[in-house]
Amino acid sequence: MANTLPPTYDRNGRHPLSPKVDHDEIARFNFLTNLNVHIGQRVSPGNRTAFDNRVSPKFKQETGRPLETRQQVRDAMKKDPFYQCWAALRRNTMEQRQQAGRHVVLRQLDDLIERAKEHNDGKETLKIDPSAEAPRYLAAVDNHCMPGSYYTEIVPDDVLAGANYETGLFVTTAGSMSSKGDGGGRSIVNFVRDRFPDFSPKRILDLGAGIGANTLPLASAFPDAEVVAVDVGAPMLRWGHARAQVLGHDNVRFIHSDGDTVDFEPNSFDWVQTTMFWHETSTSAIQSMMKKAYDLITPGGLFLNVEQPNFKPETSLFDQFTRDWDAWYNNEPFWSKLHVMDVFEVMKAAGFQSDKMFDGGTEADIERGQFQSWSSTVSRHKAEAKDSGDAKDNSYKGERWYLFGGWK
Amino acid sequence: MTDIDVNKLANAKSKGKRPYFFDDPAVERVLSITMAVATELAVTRERLDTVERLLEAGKSVTKANIDAYRPDDDASKERQQWHADYIARILRIVHQELEAVENEALNADPEKLADDFAAT
Ligand SMILES: C[S@@+](CC[C@H](N)C(=O)[O-])C[C@H]1O[C@@H](n2cnc3c(N)ncnc32)[C@H](O)[C@@H]1O
Repeated sequence: MANTLPPTYDRNGRHPLSPKVDHDEIARFNFLTNLNVHIGQRVSPGNRTAFDNRVSPKFKQETGRPLETRQQVRDAMKKDPFYQCWAALRRNTMEQRQQAGRHVVLRQLDDLIERAKEHNDGKETLKIDPSAEAPRYLAAVDNHCMPGSYYTEIVPDDVLAGANYETGLFVTTAGSMSSKGDGGGRSIVNFVRDRFPDFSPKRILDLGAGIGANTLPLASAFPDAEVVAVDVGAPMLRWGHARAQVLGHDNVRFIHSDGDTVDFEPNSFDWVQTTMFWHETSTSAIQSMMKKAYDLITPGGLFLNVEQPNFKPETSLFDQFTRDWDAWYNNEPFWSKLHVMDVFEVMKAAGFQSDKMFDGGTEADIERGQFQSWSSTVSRHKAEAKDSGDAKDNSYKGERWYLFGGWK
Repeated sequence: MTDIDVNKLANAKSKGKRPYFFDDPAVERVLSITMAVATELAVTRERLDTVERLLEAGKSVTKANIDAYRPDDDASKERQQWHADYIARILRIVHQELEAVENEALNADPEKLADDFAAT
């Protein structure tokens, strides 16, 4: 039997660097997690009812035509009072989560910075470049309502963005990312082992790795490989590097750079990975960074991406509207464009060959126990999928994670 | 201690125009403040639950004991169930509005009914 309630925040994984959380901070996270779950499971489905029973019929009545585009659906839904309330609750809950996470980190920021420095100073495995600048698409908008985004430094050696990201991930994802926030990385490893059992990479690059939560499972799975995490946010890397060190991954390198200009030898990685990265960039950034990736990958090497799947012909206008929501209201503007962008065309333009490209899906990989039984209740995309029943069919069937890529 | 204004920074606005969903932005403001107050009540209630459980276990109610308290599996589930029940209570009107959309038969207008009953 699946759990119908998420684990309490005290079950979330901790490590020696984790910020202290007092009783009431945990309680606040518990409330916000449960509120997210309630809004997602109990309130969200009402949008569809409102759409079917009044928004869509009303549009037809007023215009004499059915709704034809996702933009029309959005404009029509905007006027619906049930949707308005759901949307206001959802946006507000995200803002509350940011405030709560930031407060926990800010009240002990000096201490966290000091403790991170103990694991960062003088280490070859961390390179911070004071001249690295946030690209335009990051600088213009704070993704998922995270004030200051990934790169802002409010004090020297700042770790706020990284520590807040880790502290609040459980709340934002309602505990569905596993207790170490590495559910994505664990799933990538499963996918690669399952689809490419003979692949044994020697050098792996994770582009836009953030704090590296999803990078570390790659390092665990391929202990002989050299693993490099690149990100343009210094506070993410300082936190991620120190975190990796205390978690026993003292061989993962964290490099501060814009992926577009990152300085590595061509043909030097046999695996370039991105995880939930492209939707926070731009068209020209995807085009040029996929070229960059192609350039960095050794012949025979792997390019693998975890991203939002494209809309399919059978994705209803209402589902398109729902899946686009974060673009407009959770500060993820490019997300909507990526839903209709042919990434395989971009890969082709970058140099990859069509017959060596692939996509597919994999289910969430969560440690057993409370987190796993809970996570199985919150997997997304399932509703859109049709199972062909063919065991050799590798196509995406609505699993928790969508992956696409190619071999050079 | 570096001189930073913790509350101001915790409250910082994210870059990007904030959407307002209700026809009147004042409604959004009130909802937002109401939900923040609801959050703090839930926090207080969870603290009270901890105090009760400490007392039941014969422990002294100190700040240190409260902060160190970790619920066992049963207590963890009971506390989550409390949150779920509480949230259902405070969002009652939202669910009632949804029922009204789901089932037109729930929406008979008393003005019309009065005329109807008077006439028949
Ligand atoms: C949504 S986060 C994903 C982080 C990580 N891959 C994970 O799975 O948790 C996106 C990350 O990409 C980084 N990023 C965005 N644009 C970048 C660029 N041009 N070069 C390097 N990193 C970038 C951001 O700083 C952020 O940490």
